[in-house]
Amino acid sequence: MLKEILKNVFTKKKAIPFPEGFDVTPDQAAKIIDFQRKIDTIFHRSLRIRQVDAGSCNACEWECTALMNPIYDLQRFGIDFVASPRHADLLLVTGPVSRQMELALRRTYSAMPEPKLVVACGDCAIDGGIYQGSYAVTDGVGNVIPVDGCIPGCPPTPTAILLGLSRIIHSCTK
Amino acid sequence: MVLTPVSIIASSFAVILALLVLTPIVSRNQRLLIIVGFSFTTISSFLATAAGVWTVANGTISQVVIPLGLPDLPFHLRLDVLSGFFLTVVGLLSTFVSLYSIGYVNGFLGRRSITSLVVFYSLFLVGMQLVVLADDALFFLIAWELMAAASYFLVLFEDERVENRRAAFLYLVVAHVGAIAILLSFGIMAGLATGFSGFQSYTFDAMRETELPAGLATAAFLLAFFGFSAKAGVIPLHVWLPEAHPVAPSNISALMSGVMLKTAIYGMVRVIFDLIGVFPWWWGAFVLVFGLVSAVLGVLYALMQSDLKRLLAYSSVENIGIILISIGLCMIFTSFDQSLLAALAMIAALYHSLNHAMFKGLLFMGAGAVLHATHERNMDEMGGLIRFMPWTSSLFLIGCLSISALPPFNGFVSEWITYQAFLLSPALSSPLLNLLIPLGAALLALTSALAAALFVKAFGVTFLGHRRGHHAHDHVHEADWFMRIGMVLTAVTCFGLGVFPTFLINWMDPITEYLVGDTISSSAAGFGWMWLTPISHERASYSAPVVFLGIFAVVAITYLLLHTRSGAIRRAPLWDCGFEKVTNRMQYTATSFSMPLRRIFGFLFSIKEHVRLLPETAHRAFPEQLQYHLRVRDRFWIWIYQPIADASFWVSRRIGRMQHGRIQIYLIYSFVTIIVLLIFSK
Amino acid sequence: MKIHPFLIEVAQVALLLFLAPLFAGWVKMLKCWFQGRTSPSLLQPYRDLSKLFSKDVVLAENASWIFRFTPYLVFGVSVMAGSIIPTLSTDLPLSATADVIVLVALFAIARFFTALAGMDIGTAFGGMGSSREMTIASLAEPAMLMAVFAVSLVGKSTSLSQMTAVISQGGHAMLRPSLVFALLSFILIALAETGRVPVDNPDTHLELTMIHEAMILEYSGRHLALIEWAGMMKLYLFVVLGIASFFPWGIALNDDLLVVFTALAVLVLKLGFVGVGLVLIETGLAKMRIFRITEFLGSAFLFATLGMMSYFMLE
Repeated sequence: MLKEILKNVFTKKKAIPFPEGFDVTPDQAAKIIDFQRKIDTIFHRSLRIRQVDAGSCNACEWECTALMNPIYDLQRFGIDFVASPRHADLLLVTGPVSRQMELALRRTYSAMPEPKLVVACGDCAIDGGIYQGSYAVTDGVGNVIPVDGCIPGCPPTPTAILLGLSRIIHSCTK
Repeated sequence: MVLTPVSIIASSFAVILALLVLTPIVSRNQRLLIIVGFSFTTISSFLATAAGVWTVANGTISQVVIPLGLPDLPFHLRLDVLSGFFLTVVGLLSTFVSLYSIGYVNGFLGRRSITSLVVFYSLFLVGMQLVVLADDALFFLIAWELMAAASYFLVLFEDERVENRRAAFLYLVVAHVGAIAILLSFGIMAGLATGFSGFQSYTFDAMRETELPAGLATAAFLLAFFGFSAKAGVIPLHVWLPEAHPVAPSNISALMSGVMLKTAIYGMVRVIFDLIGVFPWWWGAFVLVFGLVSAVLGVLYALMQSDLKRLLAYSSVENIGIILISIGLCMIFTSFDQSLLAALAMIAALYHSLNHAMFKGLLFMGAGAVLHATHERNMDEMGGLIRFMPWTSSLFLIGCLSISALPPFNGFVSEWITYQAFLLSPALSSPLLNLLIPLGAALLALTSALAAALFVKAFGVTFLGHRRGHHAHDHVHEADWFMRIGMVLTAVTCFGLGVFPTFLINWMDPITEYLVGDTISSSAAGFGWMWLTPISHERASYSAPVVFLGIFAVVAITYLLLHTRSGAIRRAPLWDCGFEKVTNRMQYTATSFSMPLRRIFGFLFSIKEHVRLLPETAHRAFPEQLQYHLRVRDRFWIWIYQPIADASFWVSRRIGRMQHGRIQIYLIYSFVTIIVLLIFSK
Repeated sequence: MKIHPFLIEVAQVALLLFLAPLFAGWVKMLKCWFQGRTSPSLLQPYRDLSKLFSKDVVLAENASWIFRFTPYLVFGVSVMAGSIIPTLSTDLPLSATADVIVLVALFAIARFFTALAGMDIGTAFGGMGSSREMTIASLAEPAMLMAVFAVSLVGKSTSLSQMTAVISQGGHAMLRPSLVFALLSFILIALAETGRVPVDNPDTHLELTMIHEAMILEYSGRHLALIEWAGMMKLYLFVVLGIASFFPWGIALNDDLLVVFTALAVLVLKLGFVGVGLVLIETGLAKMRIFRITEFLGSAFLFATLGMMSYFMLE
């Protein structure tokens, strides 16, 4: 096992360098550089995310989990996922907010301390997605709690999630 | 009247006598009786404390002979430094508990007559004070019996419930078994003093002067140890403690746990160090082993309880074990002529006695206030009381911090001194001792860590969270002013004993000088009054005031720095992970808190755990109700008491065959007896 | 050139406050490297703390004064503990106020109040965290006491400055079986008390696997900042305690300015090495089941008691 550790330490890291390695257009790249700067100003370069699955099909969750792997590596930006909303700054909601999860989502929102942001991740969270109009869902996070930004996609790729976060923070600090 | 310690103590007894005379006059107005009765006992206890403090400070010995008692066998009383110390312990806690009782006993008004409570309370106090003053075997046993009988009636105060009667009976039986052992021990010592003819050497003075041969000295020691352990609650003679202390009224439990157990410690110290005096090292190892067993098992049994007062009773068993550990160490050091270390260990034992009286008294008083307010003893029905009883909860917290040996309170000082005694012990010549002493230190550390867990459980389940039971909690009220004053004074004493240890050690000088021939106060305060340095300040030093002030300063500075910034505090519902149907029953209870420890140490108890799904006819996957049953029993019941009880019933059934009820047979018995006596009287 | 001992004391407390998050950042960095990822910056813990200090506090409706008081007390106790362990020099004015038994008791105070705060809100997870924490502590604290007792028997004193001075001047006579046993035991205990793998995973998000974090789930804002800072300080204090007891060479024995600066450099070097060792253990082992921890701590207790016994029997 020591061989594994030594290999990990001394070989080239697999993480996609940010922002050069990301597959984006030039003005998106400018926004990503802004992202680093904005996280600096509001959250002192430290962002803690609480992720809530409000009845989603779990595809968006897998993409969020992919953000933590060595390739996208969210932690190198100072961003982390936490267990308790009292410790969190940003609420990342996936899923169309089914009726059973509506109260839980409200409770989670009210448990977070200010300043806080809410991001709806995925088409379902924005307007219900493929479940829109069903009797069992509330058609999007915006109908339950105030939303600061949306990340479209079904599911959004990890790159898109990161881009989306940067745009939202940029617009919040304008 | 000349002001001497003897006159002060005499006036203390006079006050109690006045109370006993007044009681029939005032007893019609029960409320007035409470106030008058307990004020008198407060004054009397205060006088006793004053006498004790003065005696120890001066180091005087006063002896009085009272011509009561049998002809040719007057009562001897002696007030020396050891008596004075235990008189202080008894008197100090009794003063605070008497003040507390003025408020607490109001809860019994109207439901039953409290005249017996007042009378037996005063007799109980008198009994305890006379026990530490007695200077001959006869008077000692009379005072001992007075103490036991008075406390029996006090335990039996709420006698309409059958388990209270059983608990009191068990207490009486064990107390008398112990008294017989003490009587035999005194008999051996007195007999050796005169050569088994005549009664003159029943006084302690005569026993002190006698040189006892090794075999008989050991017999006397073992009998005395057995007898005093029965009263102190040392394992395996502890079974009466967790039965009797919970059923007694809480002020009585405070006194029984706090000071009655200490009279047994007094008896042990008196017999071993004063009356016998010279002993081999294995006696000390014997006492040390019993102390270790009591400490570890006591705290483990306490952890399994969900009745608050039973938990505190088992915790008393643990603390008595700790005191015995220090006494055992002192005996070991004395037998190897290490008088300085023996003085250190003796100071540890006596300091812990005083500390335990204070913090256990405080804890029982707090439990009494909770019982008074909620009429519940089961912790699994309590919770959230901190909002309704702010004073009681803060004072109970001080008691919990003290008993868990956390600085800056008093429990830590005595534990610290005990650890120093362990660490300073040099390589002694016996290999068994070289094994036993590090093991002893390890088990003592285990005990104090488990005690901290125990009191997090006790305080957390009782006062924090939400109400766990089914009853509403609107009628819970705070303790009244007398109860608060009693508890506040005790808590202040706990704090004072923790922050100013050097003054107490200086005061206790004459005691160790008398018992082991050396003192540590010159080195203990040698670096300054703020530093406790038992041997030298390079070796070990602890400054309680500086630690307390240091923590206080950092906390205050941090608070001020952070509170001048912005940052509002918002109140929100508790974070229940979004689960809507959270109930109060989903909190951790007393039983669940100690579950991991029950799993780890469960082999020491006999545990029966049973889960049943109801209704039995339904499929296992769809139960409607779950029934959980847990019973944790003391193994000593099954090993020792059950066989003894069964054997005694068997014997009495056999002998009962002689009782036919037919007068002809009884006349034959008398006839045969007369013939036998006539033959053998020749 | 001599420095006043009071200045050394202040420097030591300042080091505790500012080096502890740096050490936590170093441990995180090494962990990421050993797992083949790029790491966050070394200064990330400072940023986390400063952000938390500027956030609001949200309290549960039934939080009592104990819940609000605990973060300050835990922080104060950690600072007090840091002022008695010799990191730069043994010539500390506060060394006479508290010895190694008081140090263990100071950690016990912090744990007692954190456990009470966990039970205060009345959630199931808080009580679970308190119950588990007190169980582990009831096995770990005696073992820790025994390990430091073994060292204090060798150092002929329970005062930390004396112990450090004696051991660093002892030379080859310090290679004793009692110290080896005590060191083994101390490593196991430090892992348990600071809540690292294999006893408790500090990065877990699953409440049922939490021990220490379960008690602080309800804290937010500046309270959380104080508690997290105190957690980092506790790790630093255990490492520094181990260094002072078992590898004290380099700690200044007088107040000469040059010697103290060398001590600072040596300290940073030692912290680096200990970080590597800690992360090797954390990466190589998996977290144990709760009831396997008793065997783990029991063996630590056994080693420590053996260390003491071997001192009594062989020396």
